[in-house]
Amino acid sequence: MLTVEVPDIAAKAQPGQFVIVIIGKKGERIPLTICGLDKTKGTISFAFHEVGKTTKELGNLSEGDCLENVTGPLGNPSEIKKYGKVLCVGGSIMIAPLLLQVKAMKEAGNSVTTVLGTRIKDVLFMVDEAKALSDKLYMATDDGSEGYEGLDFLNELFKMEKFDRCIVMGPVVMMKTVSDITRSFGIPTIVTLTPLMVDGMGMCGVCRVTVDGKMQFACVDGPEFNGHKVDFDQLINRQRMFLPEERLSSVLYEIGGCKCGRNKS
Amino acid sequence: MAETNPKSKPKIKKEAVKMPKQPPKERVKNFNEVALGYDEAQALEEANRCLQCIKPQCVSGCPVEVPIPEFIKCIRERKYGEAIAKIKEKNALPAVCGRVCPQEEQCQEKCLVGKIGEPVNVGRLERWLADWEREHSFQMPEKPKPAGKKVAVVGAGPAGLTAAADLVKMGHEVTMFEALHLAGGVLVYGIPEFRLPKTIVQNEVNYIQKLGVELRVGNMVGRIHTIPELMENGYAAVFIGSGAGLPQFMGIPGENLGGIYSANEFLIRVNLMKAYNFPDFDTPLRIGKHVVVIGGGNVAMDCARSSMRLGADVCLLYRRSREELPARKEEIENAEEEGLVCKFLAAPLRFCGDEKGWVKSMECQAMELGAPDASGRRRPIPVEGSEFTMETDTVIIAIGQTPNPIIQRTTEGLMVNPRHGTIIVDENGKTSLEGVYAGGDVATGAATVISAMGMGKKAAKAIHQYLMNKK
Repeated sequence: MLTVEVPDIAAKAQPGQFVIVIIGKKGERIPLTICGLDKTKGTISFAFHEVGKTTKELGNLSEGDCLENVTGPLGNPSEIKKYGKVLCVGGSIMIAPLLLQVKAMKEAGNSVTTVLGTRIKDVLFMVDEAKALSDKLYMATDDGSEGYEGLDFLNELFKMEKFDRCIVMGPVVMMKTVSDITRSFGIPTIVTLTPLMVDGMGMCGVCRVTVDGKMQFACVDGPEFNGHKVDFDQLINRQRMFLPEERLSSVLYEIGGCKCGRNKS
Repeated sequence: MAETNPKSKPKIKKEAVKMPKQPPKERVKNFNEVALGYDEAQALEEANRCLQCIKPQCVSGCPVEVPIPEFIKCIRERKYGEAIAKIKEKNALPAVCGRVCPQEEQCQEKCLVGKIGEPVNVGRLERWLADWEREHSFQMPEKPKPAGKKVAVVGAGPAGLTAAADLVKMGHEVTMFEALHLAGGVLVYGIPEFRLPKTIVQNEVNYIQKLGVELRVGNMVGRIHTIPELMENGYAAVFIGSGAGLPQFMGIPGENLGGIYSANEFLIRVNLMKAYNFPDFDTPLRIGKHVVVIGGGNVAMDCARSSMRLGADVCLLYRRSREELPARKEEIENAEEEGLVCKFLAAPLRFCGDEKGWVKSMECQAMELGAPDASGRRRPIPVEGSEFTMETDTVIIAIGQTPNPIIQRTTEGLMVNPRHGTIIVDENGKTSLEGVYAGGDVATGAATVISAMGMGKKAAKAIHQYLMNKK
């Protein structure tokens, strides 16, 4: 998790929005969902896995370092209002921004049930925060090492309890799985899509997704969409487009150290 | 120059001085500028071809009314500083315009010398002067008397840069908001390095900042501040020059396969993010061996020529014939010299992918030309039963851009053309909202750099009048 001081952005940012971060002069533009907001301090926070070159570099920053550029807030804010009973499902790194929504939904007067899901127990995080913010908390792991094994338990949950809205933020496979389950129970479901982006403001079209048979840009039309209408398989395919290049960049970084041209200050 | 008998009329050379260029085989392997520019002797020789007409036609062909015969006269007299100052009275971006303006359809089309031979090459002279200034003297214009008004300019592309420069010269306090992390708009994200070096754009942006314009990058108006918020925060007027940044797609099956780029994505990766230097620069670009570029405008040529420089064989697929190609003739010639293959009168029907979801071929259909359509060009009509397949591993869709919708969506009362998403303006760039003006591609739909600059200029004049008359 990284916190940056950007008073103008913090003043305007709302849950559901993202920023584009450039780490140095030769850096790429990467989109990061906002997961923390402090309007009085003028800061925003975002969480990321150190999987590629840029995220590894971000992870190596020290307190007081400067980024080349942070642009935002981008994307449409979440629709936060009183729905009644809301189920919030967060997976992997997106657990962090999900909790911002949990908090906002709670403040809007909803009863919030939260589900945190990861591959294995060891990578679960922010459990205490989730517990404190939610009315009920469930945990699930792919291997069953913590909480339920997989997300099938939702079928049982929906048979017992009625939800008015479901919010899912996590890996595409998780959003797809949850959307498939909620569809059969008729629960309106909002997913946050994080496809590849370059500019993040509607110019490049790399973030195009098919929703309800129509082409939409996640950056300007989203990032939140009706989970029952998203073509997830296409999205999974499009997210893999630059994997070889991303790996190359990452490996070179590991061997050669930082050459991003970023100024330490 | 050869000696001439003063009594007989000097003979005008029919041919313009040729532009020195990098040889095709060499330049297709690098991203350096193709046209190398005149030297002083060549500039003088070309300047001497000008007739110095009493009633010059060329000026009326220029959207920003550069005093062409006057600056050419200064060149002849070797008063280069004066010459560039003459241009800059009207045009804040001469190094850009000298390179990318379609002079053959503007000033040069009207040139009288053009009636007997090749017109005077105004563009190359403008470029030479701007480059001369960058290397020699640089003169700041005098600081104007403050007019005491604050103006926000949204978008630092050709329209915004021009409006900002003119407004600051009229004494206003100007803040320019740019959504990307670099100023220049299409000049930095769209037009490639080999046609317009980015250091030259940066130099022009620096000049505008030196004039006193405050530049804020990474500021997407409509998201961080809306237009009404800017006006509440003390800006007495706003100029919107946010361009036409939203790429158009064709809406045919398979368009979302891997390896299919919008022209914007491809050019942003290559130009703005310098993907041709990956992995030294972080932004990747995957390009295959057989690139198909769909479209026929200058953007399509830029994509094709960039792809060739990245090592691909490129085929341009255009649904009309060579005569209707909207790109500049010079660019088409350059591209073909570099090895571009054009396939006319054909359009894609669908894209087919491999097992990994990457494009591998496209089904196309032949076209024939029918009666002219609204654009005046003959309409392409599909030929029944003419389907054929083309192998490809990278497709770039360069069929046009429309304005970004964010400002329109977040500004209540701003009248927008529902079909194209363009902001509706009058001939001076005035929108439906008081104090809000717009110009460039956001008002016209995708057009040229110079027409955007012309509108920025007109709007600046109108904004100045509006502010001065306002109590």
